[in-house]
Parts: sequence; structure tokens; C-alpha cells
Amino acid sequence: MSDARPGHPALQVRALNKSFGTFKVLTDIDLSVDQSEMVFVLGPSGSGKSTMLRCCNRLEEPDSGEILVGGAPLTGSGVNLNAMRQRIGMVFQSFNLYPHLTALGNVTLALRRVQKLPRETAEAAAREALDRVGLADRAGHHPAQLSGGQQQRVAIARALALRPEVMLFDEPTSALDPELVGDVLAVMRDVKAQGMTMLVVSHEMKFARDAADRVIFMDGGRIVEQGTPEQVFGAPREARTRAFLGRLHG
Amino acid sequence: MDVFLDTFLNPAVLAKYAPAILEGAVVTVILSVLIVLSGIALGTALACLRAYRVRPVSALIVVYADILRALPPLVLILLFFFGLPNVGVTLSASLVLYVVLTLVLAAFAEEIVWAGITATPKGQWEAARSTGLGFTQALGHVVLPQAVRMVIPPLTNRAIAITKMTALGMVIGVPDILGQATTAQSFSANASPLTLAAAAYLVLFLPFVIASRWLEARFSGPGG
Ligand SMILES: Nc1ncnc2c1ncn2[C@@H]1O[C@H](COP(=O)(O)OP(=O)(O)O)[C@@H](O)[C@H]1O
Ligand SMILES: [Mg+2]
Repeated sequence: MSDARPGHPALQVRALNKSFGTFKVLTDIDLSVDQSEMVFVLGPSGSGKSTMLRCCNRLEEPDSGEILVGGAPLTGSGVNLNAMRQRIGMVFQSFNLYPHLTALGNVTLALRRVQKLPRETAEAAAREALDRVGLADRAGHHPAQLSGGQQQRVAIARALALRPEVMLFDEPTSALDPELVGDVLAVMRDVKAQGMTMLVVSHEMKFARDAADRVIFMDGGRIVEQGTPEQVFGAPREARTRAFLGRLHG
Repeated sequence: MDVFLDTFLNPAVLAKYAPAILEGAVVTVILSVLIVLSGIALGTALACLRAYRVRPVSALIVVYADILRALPPLVLILLFFFGLPNVGVTLSASLVLYVVLTLVLAAFAEEIVWAGITATPKGQWEAARSTGLGFTQALGHVVLPQAVRMVIPPLTNRAIAITKMTALGMVIGVPDILGQATTAQSFSANASPLTLAAAAYLVLFLPFVIASRWLEARFSGPGG
């Protein structure tokens, strides 16, 4: 099942700590994601999953620790953050498409303004990305004219078009009507099949079982347990993991 | 009835002063267009500057906006017109009117556009920054276009309110619609030029008031 390349980390998180005021959200997070690996992050609400993901492109500023993308530091002084962020795609729970731009405009914006591609080149790349998520025919639509599932797929295309090395997904299907979830998961499966490294926060258990190479369980700002989906779902070692999974299924 | 017609709609007076009122209308239109363009541009620029959240800069902008929104514009007009020559700066009446109303509109526009910027969801900034756009790019390409769309109705209303104040130019002798009309009224000892002035203002401003209604309907509500 796994296409992951062990020993070739695409994303490394070392001794990551983060507090909001006096509230410690993340404690000593160590995590390494191999190239082409899909890692699922589970955990109760408030356990710090989003914060960890957001530290991985510095939407949240870590208090301490080190983050490397493709071996290059994301943290520390002298980092060109805007250049590094090109290498890390992010997909949000609430899509965050730009409502004033068409699907095509959403995808081309960074290609044109950050990567400085000429309009034709940017649009060709954007159409290719929209095609990958099955929305080539919606290029001229504004977000308000698209379903939630279509909006999320445009958001995935927006990230994909920059050809990132790693993609971060923060509950990409949580805001969707159940009947629209499948299309988004199918796109994610396809993105994985093409070799993308993916770190996914999601409670889509069935998808995790089928597609994930590794599952991580977080609680109270720490990584409590990790392993293959079979291990974590089939025979969780920690009581907290068992309690969480029991609640999900119960 | 005859007295009424003779006072407000005297045909001879109307015919005699119509050209002067027309000249005044040209002045009013030119001043209004310049004030709206520069006032909204300046206000938007100040709101953008404030978005960088550099404490002293933001504080200055807030102080500026509050003072100019608190003072009656007529006070500023008189201060500029009669005060500035004493410090060696002499501006024409029209220029004083233009500068003062531009500064006042900018103060209101800054607050309105700033409200739009803060009302734009945080996720929009995050999406833009996560794709590598810098702060200024995210502001210019993602946040400001949405903020401005959101505030078009209040901005239009405020622009109309401020441009109507070009009539205040009368007190310092700006030859706009009202300036021409009051001059004509004192020469002719008849109120008909003021009727003409009112008609001219209606012709100029009523379309914008109606347009603002339309904009209100079009741009309000979720999603724009
Ligand atoms: N910007 C913030 N300021 C203060 N507290 C925050 C902020 N973001 C998240 N938190 C808190 O940090 C904890 C972890 O949040 P989060 O990472 O969103 O958890 P999860 O994604 O696992 O539900 C929660 O208690 C949340 O209230
Ligand atoms: Mg979360």
C-alpha cells in the first residue's frame, strides 16, 4: 500500500513547543514524515492538531523547536518564509477561497504574484491543477457558484498548482455535507497516488484505514501514540487512544 | 399664488441667471469629482497603512480621523481661508474648499475601509500567506478588494454627504452653484436663483442617491 520512502523525510518537526499565553498547546512534538507518505493525525478537539499543522507553515509561530521541509529550515533567522511557504501547501477546513476571484483566479494568484509567471503560463498551470481535481469546466465560476465540495477541490488545486513538496490538510471535509465528502477524499487519494507527502488532520476513519501510511494520535498537546492504521485502530496501546476511538464509534 | 410664483419662479430672473447657475454647476461638478477621487484614495491609503499595525502610525491615523470627523467642516473651511494667509499661505477659495472636504472625506473613508479590512475573515489572510504572498500582496490582492466591495454602500453615502458640502464654499466666495445663486439673489432681490440652485443640485445628486440605493441592494448581504 505504502509508496512512502523511508529515510527520505520531506517534513521534520523537532522538539516543537507552543503556548498561547500561559496555556501550553504543544509539548515536545517530534514528527518526521517521509516523502510520499500520508500521515493522519487524530485526537480530541482542542488537543493541538490544528496548531501543530499551522506551525508547519508558520501560520502559528513556534515558541521553540525546529521544522525542516525537504531538509531546509523553516524556522530560525534568515529564512525566506514566503519562498518556503511555496513548498508547503495548506488546505483549510473552511476552504478560504477568495470570493472575489474565479476558480482560475484563485489558483493563478500566487503563480503570478509570487512565482511571477506570465499570465498564459500561470493560467495553463492553473487549468492543469483544476483538471487534476476534476473541475476544469468550473474555471470561470466564482466560489459562491460552487458547492462546498467543489470549493474545497479548488482550494486543493490552488495549493497543488504551486507544486509543493508537502501538503497540510486541516479537517478538509469537516465543513462539508456528507454527500460531498467522497469527491474531496477521492481527490486526496489521487494526490497521494501521484506521490505527494501529506499530513492530514481528519476524522474520516474509513479513509484513514484505506489510505494512510501512518496514524498519529494526539492528546493534550502531545503525540500519545502512532503506528500503522491497523495498529492504532486495531490494537491501540494507550488507554486515551482507546477511549477516543471508542467515543468516535460509540 | 402670484406672489409665490413671482418670488420663487420669476421667469425673467430665471432666464437671466440660468447661465450663471450653469457655470456654478460646472464648478460644483469639478470640485465634487476631485474631492471624491482624492478623498477616497487618501482614506483607503490611510486604512491600508493602518493595517500594518505599527503603533505610532495607527495612533496618528486614528487621531486624524477622529478630529476631522468631529469638527464641523465649515469651521475648517473658515480656519483655512482666513487663518492660513496670516502664516503666509494664501489659497484660493476653491482650493481651500477642495483641500478641506478631501481631508474630511478621507477621514470618514479611512474608518469605513478600515471596518471592511477588519471584517474580512482571518482565513483570507491565512490562505494568501500560506501560498507565499507577502503581507502587502495579501492586503492588495485579497483583503482590500473584498473590504472595498463590502463597504461600497456606506462609502457612497458618505461621498454624497461630503460633496453636498461644496455648498459651504458660498461663505468664502467659491463660485459654485450656491455661490452663484446667492450672488444672483442679492442682485435681483428675488429667490428664483435659489430655486434654480435647488433644481441644479437635484439634477446632479439625485442620480447618485438613487444609484446608492441600488448599490446598497446589490452589495449588502452575505457574499456580496
Ligand atoms: N490563537 C489562539 N489563541 C489562544 N488559544 C488558542 C488559539 N488557537 C488555538 N487555541 C487553543 O489551543 C488549543 C488547541 O487548539 P487546536 O490546535 O485548534 O486544537 P484541535 O485542532 O486539535 O481541535 C485549544 O484549547 C484552543 O482553544
Ligand atoms: Mg482543529
